[in-house]
Amino acid sequence: MDQRQTASAQAASDAAIVVCELQCRRGDRVLFAPTSFVVASGTIVWVRGANGQGKTTLLRTLAGLSSPAAGEIVRTGSRPPLYLAHANALKDDLTVAESLRFLLQLAGEPISAAAIDAALERLGVASRRNAFVRTLSQGQRRRVALARLAAQREPLPWLLDEPFDALDASGVAVVADVIAEHARRGGSVVLTSHLPVPIDAPVPTVVQLHEPAMA
Amino acid sequence: MSTTFAVLVGRDLRLAARRRIDAALPIAFFTVAISLFPLGVGPEPQTLRQIAPGVVWVAALLAAMLSVTQLYATDLADGSLEQMLLVPDARLAIAAAKAASHWLVTGLPLVVAAPVFGVMFDLSREAIAALVASLVLGTPVLSLLGGLGAALTLGLRSGAVLLILIIVPLCIPALIFGAGAVAAVDAGQSARGHYSLLGAVLIFTAVLAPLATAAALRIATE
Amino acid sequence: MTTTSSRLRLYRFASPATFYPLAGKLVPWFAAVAAILAAWGLWLGMLRAPTDATQGDAYRIIFIHVPAAWMSMLLYVVMAFWAAIGWAFNARLASVVARAIAPTGAMFTFLALWTGALWGKPTWGTWWVWDARLTSELILLFLYAGYLALVPAIDDPRRADRAGALLAIVGSVNVPIIYFSVVWWNTLHQGASVSPAAAPKMAAIMLQAMLLMTLAFWAYAFAVIFVRARAIALERDNAASWAGAAVGRTPAQTEATT
Repeated sequence: MDQRQTASAQAASDAAIVVCELQCRRGDRVLFAPTSFVVASGTIVWVRGANGQGKTTLLRTLAGLSSPAAGEIVRTGSRPPLYLAHANALKDDLTVAESLRFLLQLAGEPISAAAIDAALERLGVASRRNAFVRTLSQGQRRRVALARLAAQREPLPWLLDEPFDALDASGVAVVADVIAEHARRGGSVVLTSHLPVPIDAPVPTVVQLHEPAMA
Repeated sequence: MSTTFAVLVGRDLRLAARRRIDAALPIAFFTVAISLFPLGVGPEPQTLRQIAPGVVWVAALLAAMLSVTQLYATDLADGSLEQMLLVPDARLAIAAAKAASHWLVTGLPLVVAAPVFGVMFDLSREAIAALVASLVLGTPVLSLLGGLGAALTLGLRSGAVLLILIIVPLCIPALIFGAGAVAAVDAGQSARGHYSLLGAVLIFTAVLAPLATAAALRIATE
Repeated sequence: MTTTSSRLRLYRFASPATFYPLAGKLVPWFAAVAAILAAWGLWLGMLRAPTDATQGDAYRIIFIHVPAAWMSMLLYVVMAFWAAIGWAFNARLASVVARAIAPTGAMFTFLALWTGALWGKPTWGTWWVWDARLTSELILLFLYAGYLALVPAIDDPRRADRAGALLAIVGSVNVPIIYFSVVWWNTLHQGASVSPAAAPKMAAIMLQAMLLMTLAFWAYAFAVIFVRARAIALERDNAASWAGAAVGRTPAQTEATT
């Protein structure tokens, strides 16, 4: 009960998401021990754990796509977080610009052609803006998916699943910059990554997922 | 919510336009299936005229069921469905939009193609008109129920056949009233009762199926 | 005593651990009741009820056909009810019971169809007619088949329970509509033929026999469903300690399985 009061109090302050004794399940299996952390505005939370520990499931639960097995999540703000999954959510038969426009429209973002171009430019795929997604390589598709981050201005919570995956060194640097800028603007970021996160301002807070205790 | 609906339908239509051959496959199936019946039953015009309403309707039902699995499958596979589900209270809009795009891409062409088959089966002009009218009322029901089946069987291996088994019993009233309307007109009677009942089925399904589909989406993705 | 303690006592039965031994004790009683009632009902129906003027002795199949048809419809609704409870209240045992009901309901439907065919042959000369009642039973069989196909196709038990519940509820809502449409369809194409499933005028003893058979089927259903529900609950809670105790595992062996 005390923890819940603290959780609500913190949510009322400037925390974007407060996680309290959370446990997630896949099928009948509970994935990790009860985990609590606060995602405050302007911070980056780096969720770490072994393969299969439930990092992706945790992000999906924070996004509201799954219900938790135990514990509580308190979210402030009316708009849903921006969730970037492992899958790119790009349709093969749409052009790059059309795909990005669709994703932004779904999220209710304002979508001028100039804004889309600027985002694609930032991620280095502006030259392919009229190409069909199926003609792009894996890395390029990932960049298009990540262009959503560059197009997003509001300080929403970001939930990013392996954002640096499939990127080359320059791509990693750009994405790290975009994430850091978002945090400095007052947004918050929760990400998973098995590669080291190359951001030092702000320094990411590490949240480690542990095996659940024996039943 | 209506913008989500519009965005989704627009996208699905654009995707169908880019894959015109895939979009035409249900019509091709419809044509082949219907053409098999004279070959199996014999070319006697009287028999064909009698079985025509049922044959066209059953073929429409099967064509709708076979094409509906794709409704959610590709979006599930590439992660688009997840992004759609993130929009607050989007499930109802998604269900409605998917049913609408399915009808526009599969149901509407069936309605347009139906008169051709009416002629092939030597139906009278009034009967052909009744066939088109019954399909206009009935194919949306098939799309709505098909969407429910697709959401229930989301991501399952057995996919299409399982969907047919689950959903076909629910389509039987529409089949009965739809084919019955054409048979009535063909026999020189009024089909008004059939149309009213079919219309009632359509309204009932249009109101409840998206709700059930939204619940099925929640169950399948949680 | 007070309302609180009785409510607590009811919740106890919602736990698989309590249900398992209790159901186990009840099964033999239900089986015995079923056997006795069936014997009595069949004796009345087969031997004591008068021969029908038009249909002779062939009509006696209705003492199985009609109760089976009633049970098939009743069990579908009961299945949908428990599945819905399981979904709404996250009550696993309710979902287990729903799953246990489905095969029995399908069996009764199949029995009703079969006995309907057996009745039709001597009375009207054909093994099958597309009259409203038999056609509706056939569609009910499809509804059961849909449920029985969907639930095992889903690996995640919670998703399977809920999807099954939704399908059963949608099916239940549609059953009156489907039945109405089939009756409509049948009367339209009626012509001069009369339904062979029209039962002869009911003497009191025939009603008595049908009632007894219905109750016998009820008791049988309880017994079979409890047996099946126990098996499903055991399988689901495989690692729980109560399950281990039930099959005679030592606590040390249970530890080893987790």
